[in-house]
Amino acid sequence: MNNILVMPMIIPLLTGVLLVFIRSYVLIQRVFSLVSIAVTVAVSVTILNLIQSDGILRLDFGGWLPPYGISFVADSFSMLLVLTTAIVTGILLIYAFSSIGRAHENMFFYPFVFFLIAGVNGSFLTGDLFNLFVCFEVMLLSSYVLITLGGRKVQLVESIKYISINVLSSWFFLVGIAYLYGTVGTLNMAHLSVRIAEVGQGPLLTVISIIFLIVFSLKSGLLLYFWLPGSYSAPPTVVAALFGALLTKVGIYAMFRVFTLIFYHEPGVTHLIIGIMAAITMIGGSIGAIAYNDIRKIVSYNVVIAVGFILVGLAVSTEVAIQGSIYYLIHDMIIKALLFVIAGTMIYLTGTARIQNMSGLIRNYPLLGWLFFITMLSLAGIPPLSGFIGKVYVGQGAIEAGAFVLLAIAFLSSIFVLYSLLRIFLNCFWGETIINEDDDVPLKKGMLIPMVLFGILTIALGVGAEGLAPYVSDAARTLMNPEIYIDAVLNSDS
Amino acid sequence: MKINDVILQTVTKIVVFIILTFGVELFLSGHYNPGGGFIGGLVLSSAFVLLYLVFDIETVHKGIPFDFKKVAAFGVLLAVGTGLGSVLFGASFLTQTASHFNLPVFGATELSTVMLFEAGVALTVVGVVVTIILSISEDV
Amino acid sequence: METIITILVGVLVTVAVYLLLSKSLVRVILGTAILSHAVHLLLMTMGGLKKGAVPLLGENAESYTDALPQALILTAIVISFAVTSFLLVLAYRTYKETGSDNLATLRGFKDE
Repeated sequence: MNNILVMPMIIPLLTGVLLVFIRSYVLIQRVFSLVSIAVTVAVSVTILNLIQSDGILRLDFGGWLPPYGISFVADSFSMLLVLTTAIVTGILLIYAFSSIGRAHENMFFYPFVFFLIAGVNGSFLTGDLFNLFVCFEVMLLSSYVLITLGGRKVQLVESIKYISINVLSSWFFLVGIAYLYGTVGTLNMAHLSVRIAEVGQGPLLTVISIIFLIVFSLKSGLLLYFWLPGSYSAPPTVVAALFGALLTKVGIYAMFRVFTLIFYHEPGVTHLIIGIMAAITMIGGSIGAIAYNDIRKIVSYNVVIAVGFILVGLAVSTEVAIQGSIYYLIHDMIIKALLFVIAGTMIYLTGTARIQNMSGLIRNYPLLGWLFFITMLSLAGIPPLSGFIGKVYVGQGAIEAGAFVLLAIAFLSSIFVLYSLLRIFLNCFWGETIINEDDDVPLKKGMLIPMVLFGILTIALGVGAEGLAPYVSDAARTLMNPEIYIDAVLNSDS
Repeated sequence: MKINDVILQTVTKIVVFIILTFGVELFLSGHYNPGGGFIGGLVLSSAFVLLYLVFDIETVHKGIPFDFKKVAAFGVLLAVGTGLGSVLFGASFLTQTASHFNLPVFGATELSTVMLFEAGVALTVVGVVVTIILSISEDV
Repeated sequence: METIITILVGVLVTVAVYLLLSKSLVRVILGTAILSHAVHLLLMTMGGLKKGAVPLLGENAESYTDALPQALILTAIVISFAVTSFLLVLAYRTYKETGSDNLATLRGFKDE
């Protein structure tokens, strides 16, 4: 019994509920949400360190033992993501204070951000497939509200597509759950793993695993990313950044969990398909990223490329590659938030989203320009920034497994990332300045501070990767050896 | 446009109480028999929705001056709160307990903490359903 | 019995797909509602239709019906209820805002 495990989900949930009651007191809302995020970060760090000393932790809701009850299971992988989620959200909230506007703040913006976080953290922590579905839905319902909040035409129209797609993917999720329950008679992930190892992963179970693959690739934008660029360019900057940083990552997490813990017996089928999908995703994302002139579209396609890249690690499935994916996952959550925020700020400053209409921004906003430069290098994987270590490990893993085609596509996609962002940099930051001194929109301090914080984080993650290494290697070890997870869930008495 | 539905209004005044009672009955029977917070809440909210349909929003709002969004939030708070309550007693999150009491009027009664949880669920359902109906009907 | 229900699920999915592919927004929403009903039935069928007594305390029976699918369905119903009502409100707002519920005319806004 480790009641602390439920806290990363319950603290945001309670915060969201309490914020509903004080919707008209904006200042109190802001302070309260920051404090709550700080507490969540502290709790997450505590749990992460507890796992290093005590192994995987488990909490059975209401004392009902697995596989009958619902349980939360925390290993290093899930806690690293929970921690990153909390930090990224905290910084994005600071950006929201100065950018989102009073109307949003009064219309339950903060509560729904917290419900979103509760859903995201719940998805990371749950040890039960159906509970994963429920947490997905909590997260998605909050995201529906956040994407429509404000009610501009483009938001409404884009959100209809977004919701329809997600209803469909939830439907596939339920179909998968129904078939899986009909076949093996359990939904607890560790118990599923044991049962499937016993009966062997026959063609029927492999087909079911493909259904789950469809579900999670719809959520994470692996190959089935057609809905993503439109939906992510409609909402306000902060919301787009939250989505870009967190939502796709939940789908990726679920894919890692399901295909390393439950359906790992037929890598020749499932992991091959994931590899092919990752390759096509990176190619399609690269084409999208260089094809558009709308800065929001370019940034959204960068999300797609990263999804493909992270899943290369799962496709080759060696311990080193998985380590690389975890590093890259953490890096990507931070850097995508920063990228979205910078793009949104540029649109705020110039009033246009087309890159040919912006020019010479670095003259007026030097710090913004340099931050964009750092982001670009970090995304391209230049050492000592945070993208480097993930790319190296994924590359090493791909070489070990002999997946040279995948490796080539992965690294070529990095060049396309660099090119697409360099295009923004050259067009928007260099050249003649078009803004004269008089109608120079001032860059608010409240917008600059969070960006600088993200910049510091990406440098710190790159330089201080050594400090993160024990956690990441433990996470990768647990993912590669399902018996550790199973043992902690089914055999230990906690 | 003001419609004067005498029959509907008269019937509603009585029927609402029957629905409310039925809702409470469903809610209370939920521990060992079919029923419970969700279904009870739905029936309760149907009573409120009927009121809003028959009388106009302002009239009902004068009688029931709640912000139903806050009712929903309070429900969630209650449900999560009972879960956290078990943490205070050193049990796992969401652990429920029940025991028998001798109450003055009701005699021997079984009281359980799950009822508080279910009350939270019921309040959430009432709040959410009424909010949905109100937000659709707002500007017709 | 299972076979009949499975066929029913198939029919429901067919209807839902037809509705989802139409251009009217209201039909699409009805489609999602029917789709979720279909999957609820599927969940129940996969869990095994009535095998024994009602899973309640006090029913002294040899065997009980598996209660888990029912719990899953109840949860899924609540979620689909929330999503459907949200979609309805959204469709209404979109109609008020754009004056159209035809998905073909709701495509692409070059401005904004």
